[in-house]
Amino acid sequence: MAAGVATWLPFARAAAVGWLPLAKKTMPKPPIDNSSKSDEILYVNVSGVRFQTWKNTLDRYPETLLGSSEKEFFYNEDTQEFFFDRDPEMFRHILNFYRTGKLHYPRNECIQAFDEELAFYGIVPEIIGDCCMEEYRDRKKENQERLAEDTEANEGVDAPLPPNSTSRERLWRAFENPHTSTMALVFYYVTGFFIAVSVIANVVETVPCRPPLGSVKDLPCGEKYKVPFFCMDTACVLIFTFEYLMRLFAAPSRCNFMRSVMSVIDVVAIMPYYIGLVMPENEDVSGAFVTLRVFRVFRIFKFSRHSAGLRILGYTLKSCASELGFLLFSLTMAIIIFATVMFYAEKGTKGSTFTSIPASFWYTIVTMTTLGYGDMVPNTIAGKIFGSICSLSGVLVIALPVPVIVSNFSRIYHQNQRADKMRAQQKVRMARIRMAKRGTANAFLQYKEDRNIGDPDGCVKNRSAFDQQHNHLLHCLEKTTNHEFTNEMNYSELCMTESVGFKTSRSTSLSSHQGAQNNSSGCCPRRARRRAAMRLANSTVSVSRGSVQELDTLHLKTTCIPPQTRSSLNAQMCDMKLNCGDPDFTAAIISIPTPPANSPDESLPPSPAPMLGILRNTRATAYIQDSVKISSL
Amino acid sequence: MSCRKRCKREIFKFAQYLYRLVTGTLNTDSVEDELELSTVRHRPEGLEQLEAQTRFSRKELQILYRGFKNECPSGVVNEDTFKDIYAQFFPQGDASTYAHFLFNAFDTDHNGSVSFEDFVMGLSILLRGSIQEKLNWAFNLYDINKDGYITKEEMLDIMKAIYDMMGKCTYPALREETPRQHVEIFFQKMDKNKDGVVTIDEFIDCCQNDENIMRSMHLFENVL
Repeated sequence: MAAGVATWLPFARAAAVGWLPLAKKTMPKPPIDNSSKSDEILYVNVSGVRFQTWKNTLDRYPETLLGSSEKEFFYNEDTQEFFFDRDPEMFRHILNFYRTGKLHYPRNECIQAFDEELAFYGIVPEIIGDCCMEEYRDRKKENQERLAEDTEANEGVDAPLPPNSTSRERLWRAFENPHTSTMALVFYYVTGFFIAVSVIANVVETVPCRPPLGSVKDLPCGEKYKVPFFCMDTACVLIFTFEYLMRLFAAPSRCNFMRSVMSVIDVVAIMPYYIGLVMPENEDVSGAFVTLRVFRVFRIFKFSRHSAGLRILGYTLKSCASELGFLLFSLTMAIIIFATVMFYAEKGTKGSTFTSIPASFWYTIVTMTTLGYGDMVPNTIAGKIFGSICSLSGVLVIALPVPVIVSNFSRIYHQNQRADKMRAQQKVRMARIRMAKRGTANAFLQYKEDRNIGDPDGCVKNRSAFDQQHNHLLHCLEKTTNHEFTNEMNYSELCMTESVGFKTSRSTSLSSHQGAQNNSSGCCPRRARRRAAMRLANSTVSVSRGSVQELDTLHLKTTCIPPQTRSSLNAQMCDMKLNCGDPDFTAAIISIPTPPANSPDESLPPSPAPMLGILRNTRATAYIQDSVKISSL
Repeated sequence: MSCRKRCKREIFKFAQYLYRLVTGTLNTDSVEDELELSTVRHRPEGLEQLEAQTRFSRKELQILYRGFKNECPSGVVNEDTFKDIYAQFFPQGDASTYAHFLFNAFDTDHNGSVSFEDFVMGLSILLRGSIQEKLNWAFNLYDINKDGYITKEEMLDIMKAIYDMMGKCTYPALREETPRQHVEIFFQKMDKNKDGVVTIDEFIDCCQNDENIMRSMHLFENVL
């Protein structure tokens, strides 16, 4: 029942008094009204903006968050109000929905933000009123298309190959993206060149050359230089055949490949040659063979692999196929009408060229497209009148589909441009994301070194509670598996040195890195430098971890800090190994999957902290070093 | 039989296509122009009920729910979201397999999604439960097919999942047989009657006799 109807119910019930004198049977007992409470005002605080509304207003829609008992989870006893940490601007619209029963979509908001708010408050988007539904659906579709494009560009063709791919997969990639390897690029250009050569040869073949000595008639070059042209043709066809067979071999799904447009074009381009070879030199058959040679011109379509613009054009035409089809149909109707009319109008005149209706088709087409060859002209007055109507209407009909095709082409072209730009920006984005990720890993390694160097209580105090707990979690995982996290540099060094031996070769490999760089003191100048850089970075910069990496590459000149050599770390680990083993095994399993409010790169916002302070149960036993509090927020 | 039906359907579609080509389609709305129906929405039971069923106080439940709702406005976590959340904590490795096992352990009614009740019940056991309950939960996690026995294969899967979370860059470098060796150690300790599987009683007995495990059980208790 709509909200508005509920308010009229008392009136309807009161008006039922009119039935009482006429009733045949006794009236049923009225329902007991349980809610003796009068309506109360609720206070809703959305990020500081206080809204007030009647409880009944919210109760109208019991399947949403505000209308059900779910809002009790957000009740703040101290301030006696419901507190939501969400966008107050959006909340206006949500509350208006309760008041008026119609949900409106604010046009200046991002569609995704709006969707998320609706999801949070438990409101189904289908309730959006008719006034705003069109806009909502359009924007949502546009957003989805854009997201789909982006994911396509993401998992795109520029992704690096998985390391263990078969030669077949590599070959296919080389064919699809020629710019991945030089061989592929060379092959790409070679085929392009041969396509051009083949097409030009086809064209030049028919040009009349100077006749050989002793003859008067002009001969087409193809006849005169039969052998060179034949050789060129053979070479081109061989290359095309080879390319086609290679593609067929490399294709992940051969059936799909054989049905694709490009492969059909390839086949059509090379078949005439083979058919020509096979067919005998027979007079009546060679007529058909000559027709087949026409198909050689299809080789020009092979260029579409090399040109994105051609592909866009083809795709545009395909996407406007229905408009073009409709246009063709209406044109056909008009042609038939006018041809019939012209035929009957010119039927009487002597020597008229309008011999039949199909013959008049030619006149109608030539007139409607404003070509006007003049080979067929109406002579009667009626014919001239209808002829002029024909040409005028032709102009209109032909001009109609042009804007459709143009707008389609423009849209597809811009989409393509955007995809290219996205791909270029993607690399930068990925690099930044990778840097941020490495930042978290580096933070943990930093924490480990602090712990090893300093006191076991471990943490430099300027690390947030979240970081401490996250580091403790990773530490537990290390203890479970009895392996330690390292960063990539150390890992590759270790990989190199592991086979040879441990301490000695390590120092030699490290000292070999020194080269012309800073102070070479002892065995670990590079690592010490890096550690110093990280320490400096971490003490000053706590939030933007990406800069840790940047400072890393600055090669700070510092004195060599007494190294925590791998050997000493190793010894520590060995000691712990004895009582390590299984106990922390289960402890790590019990680690809680905590959905963080923010990404782990940022520290927790301070607002939950006071709450946590109230609830901390310091039941820390003696052998637990730091009071571990992992917030689950 | 289906081939013929398929042929007919293709011919019909082609005829439709020709027809549309000729007459033109003024409405470009295709069939897939429906807004996808909003995802499953779930509202938890009331605060009082949850307070009664778990060992959390009202305030703690409020805090938990706010965080949960923030991440998953629809009220349920599906497996992919769970994996994403867990992967944020272990950036160096691949946490998805382990998150899968965890998800199955939390999803007690096996309906493919973890609602707030499941989440809070699991947490209640893990944070406020007795040692017995915690060990029970751990056993349930390892027992992938929930048949009451942990076999070597199940343990190996779990072990590999844990080692996956470490990632590639570890010291010392991870080898192929490291998880397997770890499984052997585990079974030597736990499998008392050497029958190749670990039952819940063997597991609980063994853990209760091991001081280190007992001590570490209290490690994550004061979390809220």
